[in-house]
Amino acid sequence: MSTTNATTLYEKLWQRHIVDDTPGETPLLYVDRHLIHEVTSPQAFANLKFHNRPVRRPDKTIATMDHNISTRSVAIDAAGEGAANQLRTLEKNCEDFGIKLFGMGHKNQGIVHVMGPELGITQPGQIIVCGDSHTATHGAVGALAFGIGTSEVEHVLATQTLRQTKAKTMKIEVRGQVAPGISAKDIILAIIGKTGSAGATGYVVEYCGDAITALSMEERMTICNMSIEFGAKAGLIAPDQTTFDYLQHKEYAPKLADWDAAVANWKTLKTDDEATFDAELVLEAKDIKAQVTWGTTPGQVTTIDAEVPSPDDFTEQVEKDSCIKALAYMGLEAGTKITDIEINKVFIGSCTNSRIEDLRAAASVVSEFAKQGKHVSDKVDAIVVPGSYRVREQAEQEGLAQIFTNAGFEWRLPGCSMCLGMNDDKLAEGDRCASTSNRNFEGRQGRGSRTHLVSPEMAAAAAIAGRFVDLTNFNQA
Amino acid sequence: MDKFSTHSGLVVPLDIANVDTDAIIPKQFLQKTERVGFGQHAFHDWRYLDGEGTQPNPDFILNAPQYQGASILLARENFGCGSSREHAPWALQEFGFKVIIAPSFADIFYANCINIGILPIKLANEEINELFEACNGNANSLTVDLLNNKVTHDNKCYTFSLDKFHQYCLENGVDSVGWTLKKLDAIETFETKLANWQ
Repeated sequence: MSTTNATTLYEKLWQRHIVDDTPGETPLLYVDRHLIHEVTSPQAFANLKFHNRPVRRPDKTIATMDHNISTRSVAIDAAGEGAANQLRTLEKNCEDFGIKLFGMGHKNQGIVHVMGPELGITQPGQIIVCGDSHTATHGAVGALAFGIGTSEVEHVLATQTLRQTKAKTMKIEVRGQVAPGISAKDIILAIIGKTGSAGATGYVVEYCGDAITALSMEERMTICNMSIEFGAKAGLIAPDQTTFDYLQHKEYAPKLADWDAAVANWKTLKTDDEATFDAELVLEAKDIKAQVTWGTTPGQVTTIDAEVPSPDDFTEQVEKDSCIKALAYMGLEAGTKITDIEINKVFIGSCTNSRIEDLRAAASVVSEFAKQGKHVSDKVDAIVVPGSYRVREQAEQEGLAQIFTNAGFEWRLPGCSMCLGMNDDKLAEGDRCASTSNRNFEGRQGRGSRTHLVSPEMAAAAAIAGRFVDLTNFNQA
Repeated sequence: MDKFSTHSGLVVPLDIANVDTDAIIPKQFLQKTERVGFGQHAFHDWRYLDGEGTQPNPDFILNAPQYQGASILLARENFGCGSSREHAPWALQEFGFKVIIAPSFADIFYANCINIGILPIKLANEEINELFEACNGNANSLTVDLLNNKVTHDNKCYTFSLDKFHQYCLENGVDSVGWTLKKLDAIETFETKLANWQ
């Protein structure tokens, strides 16, 4: 095989960013964009100040407020004193170090992984880091993007570089086309169901195949966003015309001659035909059905037409034990039909599913039910939290907000909200939620609460029916 | 960062796979702007029967009398998965853990441990099973020798591997930012090659 110089997209991105590769040291890579928010940055800035070190490239650092903010008010203290202290600390740090901040109510404010791409800050070929594990989202444009801890945030602020050990490469190919009504969320949950919650630990995953290239940019973001949920360091999709069309004319995208130069460069960002991966996985798109998680890791997932599994369905002892623990926490019995599970809360939002296309998809299901005179069940509280002010404004202009509020959903201000419940948007003990977010861990949305991860369409239908609905049998809802 | 050479201490066996960082330090405790004050909240939702943290859960292993003062955490696969929050290893460190032994760790959590001076040790599944058998229900101590990459328990010895630079940083308590700042020339050279749209 003549594979001498053939490389994967990940290897190309890696190679282009090596600043220093001294033998015996972990390679030092250049960071093109550093996104920061209020929760994982204060200790990093405090250490910089302690050592009297400047931020090396404030022009490559962009801050927003998202994790801790109220979705009912733009007041900085609306989500409590602790949150306000972190938000004010971020304001002060950005002011002290000359960093651009999209603060409360700013037109560019939003969840960091919604804000970056929609402004064109996120671009192909970059290394993008953020003190948040869902940074993998930005891999959708063909950037190497991954979450880091606060010590690494400090390192990037001070040096604009990061030490990284090289990951292994995994190719995940989704062949053919998905059935109508199957969303990007269903594709990624199906992938995680197949690999398990740690199936890609130590790997950078490249998604490819017809079902992936057919996706819009926002759908690709949903796919890459959840790469971390099966352990991947990052998720990548090679940039193509869909990517370039999405980015052109965005506020921070290159302009005029720079745009042409950038696109010419970005077109070289793809895996060579003869390159090999350390691992490969193939899924047939036509086999993917609507997904619902039943357990307490994203890998504990099944299809809408299935039943809650039993510990006996697993061969490994660790998986049996995890199933027993998950069923006890989730208050579910093995053999229960997924469509018989009743929910009392619905959350449509998060960096996974809060973009305009997600809201359109949810609203179209709500509209269909509205034609039958149906609205949000009396037993359900349902909230819709757009990912950014831009998304919120567009949704209002398109009439989506009205569709939601007419049907009984609450229409909130942007933020991370109930995905992690750092603000007052949290579930009570025993609540069961259909959520478009990314994690169903114990207590994730509130102590003792139960989360089922689904697509925006499935969450919208669940809000109305009060239980999960197989939308392929829409009229039985 | 403190230097790490050898450590002997009591082991507590946490026999749960896929322990995520939300479990290690729940979100309601992430609103601090300092690095301290997280240890008291480690594993909060598992350690306490009530949200306020006044009623210890007698069934949770870290509350068992024989494991009080443990400094080595024995864990199962995919330890530290989920959120990138460094508050999780901060909480474990402040709680008293200096070493975590597991068959596998989530990538970001692993890097966070190295960066703050906790030693994460990966051992094979069979070795982990042996250690769980030895430690379940019993107060057992281990000795970890970083310089020779060995874990010793009774007469048994397990070897682990570690990235050479990670080992150097842990052994010497390297200030990683200071280390990289010595390479400013290389960083500046790299930056001169960037196009203006980059």
